[in-house]
Amino acid sequence: MSDLRVHKTKYINETKRVSFKYDGKNYFGYEGDTLASALLANGVHLIGRSFKYHRPRGIMSCGSEEPNAICQISAKNDLTEPNVRATELEIYDGLEAFSQNCWPNVKFDIGGINNLISPLIPAGFYYKTFMWPKSFWKKVYEPLIRMSAGLGKSPTEPDPDIYDHKYVHYDVLVIGGGLSGIISAKIAAKSNLKTLLVDDKKTLGGSTIYQSNDSFKIDDQHSSKWLEKEINEISKIENLTVKTRTSIAAYHGYNYLLARENLTDHLSIKDKKDKIRQRLWKIRAKKVIVATGAIERPLVFNNNDRPGILLSNSINKYLDYYGVTCGKNIVLFTNNDSAYETAISLYKKGIKNLIVDLRKNSQSEIAKQAQNLGIKIYFNHVVTNTFGYRRINSVELMELSDDGNTTIGNKIKLNCDCLGISGGWTPTVHMHTQSGGKLDFKNDDQVFIPKEIDNDQISVGACNGDFDLETIIDKTVNKINIFLEINNQDYKNTKVDCSIEKEKRNIWLLPNKIPLGKTKCFIDFQNDSTAKDIKLALKEGFRSIEHVKRYTTTGMATDQGKLSNMHALGIIADTAGVKMGTLGTTTFRPPFTPLTFGTIVGRNVGKFFEVVRKTSIHDWHVDNKAKFENVGQWKRPWYYPKNGETKHDAVQRESKAARDSAGILDASTLGKIDIQGTDASEFLNRVYTNAWSKLSIGKCRYGLMLNEDGMVYDDGVTTRLAENHYLMTTTTGGAANVLGKLEDYLQTEWPELDVYLTSVTDHYSTASVCGPNSKKIINKIFPELDLSDENFPHMSFKNTKLDNINCRVMRISFTGELSYEINIESKYGKSLWEKCISAGQEFNITPYGTETMHLLRAEKGFIIVGQDTDGTMTPSDLQMDWIVSKKKYDFIGKRSLYRSDTIREDRKQLVGLLTDDPKEILEEGAQIVLDTNTKPIDMLGHVTSSYFSPNLNKSIALAVVRSGKNMKGQKLTIPMENKNINVTVSDTIFLDKENKRLNA
Amino acid sequence: MFLINCPFCGERDQNEFSSGGEAHIVRPKQPTELSDDQWAEFLFMRKNIKGVQFERWNHSHGCRKWFNVVRDTSNDKIHSVYKMGEKPPVK
Amino acid sequence: MKNKYSIFSLIKNAFSDHENWQQAWGDPEPKKEYDAVIVGGGGHGLATAYYLAKKHNLTNIAVVEKGWIGGGNTGRNTTIIRSNYLWDASAGLYDHALKIWENLSQELNYNVMFSQRGVMNLAHNLQDVRDLKRRTHANRLNGIDAVWLETDEVKKFCPIINTSQNIRYPVLGGTLQRRAGTARHDAVAWGYARGANEMGVDIIQNCEVKGIKRNGDKVEGLETTKGFIKTKKIGVVAAGHSSVIANMAGIKLPLESKPLQALVSEPVKPIIDTVVMSNAVHAYISQSDKGELVIGAGTDSYVSYSQRGSHNIVEDTLKAILELYPIFSRMKMLRQWGGIVDICPDASPIISKTNIKGLYFNCGWGTGGFKATPGSGDLFAHTIANDEPHKLNAAFNLNRFVSGDLVDEHGAAAVAH
Repeated sequence: MSDLRVHKTKYINETKRVSFKYDGKNYFGYEGDTLASALLANGVHLIGRSFKYHRPRGIMSCGSEEPNAICQISAKNDLTEPNVRATELEIYDGLEAFSQNCWPNVKFDIGGINNLISPLIPAGFYYKTFMWPKSFWKKVYEPLIRMSAGLGKSPTEPDPDIYDHKYVHYDVLVIGGGLSGIISAKIAAKSNLKTLLVDDKKTLGGSTIYQSNDSFKIDDQHSSKWLEKEINEISKIENLTVKTRTSIAAYHGYNYLLARENLTDHLSIKDKKDKIRQRLWKIRAKKVIVATGAIERPLVFNNNDRPGILLSNSINKYLDYYGVTCGKNIVLFTNNDSAYETAISLYKKGIKNLIVDLRKNSQSEIAKQAQNLGIKIYFNHVVTNTFGYRRINSVELMELSDDGNTTIGNKIKLNCDCLGISGGWTPTVHMHTQSGGKLDFKNDDQVFIPKEIDNDQISVGACNGDFDLETIIDKTVNKINIFLEINNQDYKNTKVDCSIEKEKRNIWLLPNKIPLGKTKCFIDFQNDSTAKDIKLALKEGFRSIEHVKRYTTTGMATDQGKLSNMHALGIIADTAGVKMGTLGTTTFRPPFTPLTFGTIVGRNVGKFFEVVRKTSIHDWHVDNKAKFENVGQWKRPWYYPKNGETKHDAVQRESKAARDSAGILDASTLGKIDIQGTDASEFLNRVYTNAWSKLSIGKCRYGLMLNEDGMVYDDGVTTRLAENHYLMTTTTGGAANVLGKLEDYLQTEWPELDVYLTSVTDHYSTASVCGPNSKKIINKIFPELDLSDENFPHMSFKNTKLDNINCRVMRISFTGELSYEINIESKYGKSLWEKCISAGQEFNITPYGTETMHLLRAEKGFIIVGQDTDGTMTPSDLQMDWIVSKKKYDFIGKRSLYRSDTIREDRKQLVGLLTDDPKEILEEGAQIVLDTNTKPIDMLGHVTSSYFSPNLNKSIALAVVRSGKNMKGQKLTIPMENKNINVTVSDTIFLDKENKRLNA
Repeated sequence: MFLINCPFCGERDQNEFSSGGEAHIVRPKQPTELSDDQWAEFLFMRKNIKGVQFERWNHSHGCRKWFNVVRDTSNDKIHSVYKMGEKPPVK
Repeated sequence: MKNKYSIFSLIKNAFSDHENWQQAWGDPEPKKEYDAVIVGGGGHGLATAYYLAKKHNLTNIAVVEKGWIGGGNTGRNTTIIRSNYLWDASAGLYDHALKIWENLSQELNYNVMFSQRGVMNLAHNLQDVRDLKRRTHANRLNGIDAVWLETDEVKKFCPIINTSQNIRYPVLGGTLQRRAGTARHDAVAWGYARGANEMGVDIIQNCEVKGIKRNGDKVEGLETTKGFIKTKKIGVVAAGHSSVIANMAGIKLPLESKPLQALVSEPVKPIIDTVVMSNAVHAYISQSDKGELVIGAGTDSYVSYSQRGSHNIVEDTLKAILELYPIFSRMKMLRQWGGIVDICPDASPIISKTNIKGLYFNCGWGTGGFKATPGSGDLFAHTIANDEPHKLNAAFNLNRFVSGDLVDEHGAAAVAH
């Protein structure tokens, strides 16, 4: 045991030594230690350097409010983690921690030079300089600024750890396992409410659990002893779940909260392995009880930031909870009674200490206790300066004037190795405000407390501004009874004795003989913003707290201003001469403490990033070496390279085979919507541009669907299966949206229509066999089917069976070839496909992917919605006026086709393009111009689809071109980066204009 | 993350729903008789209210039904829900 | 003349402990009447006032702001600046802005830290590739410095991107605009405010507009929480609250106001020195000069003025970030927040006159208004001063929603067959 570990406590297991490294040096602590308590036990205070001035900084607190003691954990590129608070990290065997923001090391840091030039770099200095000469910005100034960015380092390898999510519902959620939280949880759970109690620490009990002062007793025992019994009791309540090491990250509306549970961060390196590191709890609670306590405030005076300066209560916790003293000669500087508890605790462990108190006196019981013990107290005094570079070695005091505005008398210099400071307590109202709650200012304690908002949440205990034991217990019990509409009497006879603070004196910025401009009175310790920075911002006209915060960066460090916001507000109020409560506060933004990205994401990365939709034929495609294309969530075969073919070669081969003999495409991904009802035909009339009433049963028709603004939205073939029954196909990517849109119209605009829509995309697999030999192949598979043109013409379908399994064979074509699409119940898809392949073997049936499909349809001038259209094309723009019914009174988008802009003749219109050099393949997306010499160059349109057609042995392209309809034969130019390509406008149909191949 | 009380399924997480914007914008029965201005009014112009708004929601990952919601857009508090075709609540 | 900011003024003021700096802008009560009043003290509104004073000699003007200047979307966005837009009208507008950005610090004597670190837009499917190539070709011909990068070039430019072809939506290439980058958002508002104030513009904070007084089809003034202000010209630049002001004047706009969220990580040493945007999986990321990773999330689908969005939007964005940058899994989210963005049906802004004489609107910037700030201010000032749009904002009129002449920047509507 080091001589700083001054006594045994039940929270430190001295039988379990834990070794760790800090900045390369070996240390040890015990199970139960945080990195901070273990380092303090080893006499290490200096932990890091501040952001701007690179000032040496030490451990300041014992919790999540810590601004200074933040470290880099682990030297491994994949496991390293920046900005970890030493005050929260439990040590484990093998832990390696490093100081940050210093070079070459924390003791001697080159960046410390910034402290010397600090007069030149006040708040916002960068807005005022680095502007001349202009050329220096990019080459000199900016690199310099960016070099000084950041504290720790990001990992550089992927994270090997796993994270998890959990969804839970509770009647009551209690946030915070201190005195008021434990009482609340107990009352709730004993009233048969399913209750969850969370606390970010390893053990419950908050700050009461190590309180052992005779001035604070409950039922005649030390409050810590009493609370231990309560904790023991609640552990037995069945409908109460207690989660420690779990901190609420965000409180959203409707009592939706996120909590992070730490599962392995405290385990030894070998025990962490293969376990879930952190779990994000997504909690819905009917009622939320916030019992998050309070955070001790620092005091703002010159050089209040040296290593060895801690919050007074933290010194108490390190002593009474961890058994570690932060020094051997301690000065406590306070404006309230809580530091007296620390003083008495130190005294009882034999640690020399004295108190400097801003107040003129204190009549409370605990102050008397301190005086009776002979602890020296300087009332009405103020610390005006501190000394010591890497660790404080002395303080300077002066007496305060009556009004507190100046110092008087002589300087008193006292040696010390540690200074505890306490400026009172700030209720942790973050949860309340995150949930949308507002705050009230309570003048006597100079604190903001929650304004009650609704009946679904409540704040109790110190976070509600109740600080003494008696009030906490009384008010908590009363409020919870009302809040939960119960009548719990468990605490009716609880007897509380406690010292009550009587005198209060708060001074946000302590007076000093030295002019403020020559001092460094830190407010935001990590970001190095000082009282004079705040004053400078005010002088320059920044009046809103948000402006001051942003100009000075106060409250924007990794501790999110837990220690600094109140002082910033206080100094603004004092300077502006307004009341504290009138200024408002800055917004407390989630998360409460920084939350690991991995935890937020959980398992939804890598293979779980997004679902993969595969057709039932997928495995065959994989076995046959298909390259895949992502289309929406679907994996579609793109092309099937053989023997090391390039994509181009494969596509040429596939395209040729499809036209010369037979090809087969997996078309299962196309959206399929089953439409039934007596008004089905009328419904189709309203959603498609063309007419549907006269389509006979057994026939198919191509349809074009518009947005209400007249632009092409989707297309596909719809088949009339029966009098009141249709099957609509949509594009692969558009399926879900089309269904959504149709449902919307049906339910909200046309509820009178008797129509029912069902998505059946996943119900059927579709094999599309095309090519001159397709009829022979289909005939082999379905010998009983009459495939004659008379009985089975183009755009019709037949129901049939394949080995007793129902099939639907449709004679439709997207390639211009004779073509059959076979629909079969999805699970038989692969078997159907294999039958087609084997039946087609003698015809060299060639599987082709989306790329070949695109090429084949382009030869025929068929559009692809989304490729040849971009949400700005009308049917007329696509030269598809034939599909727009003139007779129908209305359909979706019709009215928009007659607006002044949509009837313009010189809109961009779909055309074909032929390159002058037939070998030259245009780049899709390339722009088209008439004259390359105009300035600015006038772009007429762009290439939407472009391929080399093996069947025509030349390059073909579709494009949209301004006034293109009337441009056939027009020479145009495609200006590429390094050359101009000459093209001629052509018809959009390049092959088989007469559609002979459909019936070949 | 609000909870929406689907009139068909009960209270569900906001995640399950999609918003359809302002409610009670009826598609004109005779669009061809409208001026461009009147058509644009239907097509694009929105009240975009800050405060209590009547709006359409779809239980898209549930029963797929559309219904109406009365919500205060300034704080996302939902006041009531009602089915398509039902009269909106007075307040 | 105010203090000119420079290294010399910093040194000089260091000797007097920085006690002698002048205020950057005043805190006046509104006058009875102004020649024009700008509603909304964000970057766009303050820039409008600046250019009205600077280029059109209108100095008896005021900017009224209901909160604190720069407190809306100016101070809430992810500060991406680029001009690689598809349509000629958009390219003209945004590149006009980009050109002003390039000299803005010197012009305002206020360092807005415009950092031309380049912006990459990634393609994750074949249609993305077509769309981005189309945009790149259009950009090149419009004189905008965009280039196409193949996947290996993407990796070379930003080595931390996961360009493995085995991920769910692999990177298939991308575009790069080197002149694009980021700027310090607050400084833009403050710089314009200081510049405008120096020329006599009153910047009136904590002054909420409660009504617009009309006389027939003309405006006469504004009712505010600081009293009635008489004026013949009102330029509304109220972003998410544009419709609220429009409703006061009795007109409707084609806008919906929706929550947009963003977040930053804890600060770390430089790790990514460009801006990478990925529309398909929704992951926008850059690193601030303080070292924070700045990440833009998506918009929610519903109208809301609550300045908070739903958690799943943030979760989805971080999912995409970790898919593309698996090294960031152990990084921690420090802050998240929401803004209210006003979105037009065609994802392009409105900088336009209205049917009411003297009432002008500059709105509909959706998720991308910050980059346009200087250009938007300049063109809106022109429109107000001349009662006629400049040729660069002529296409962004309100009438396009009637005629159908939209500037649709959504790009492709659906995915291919």
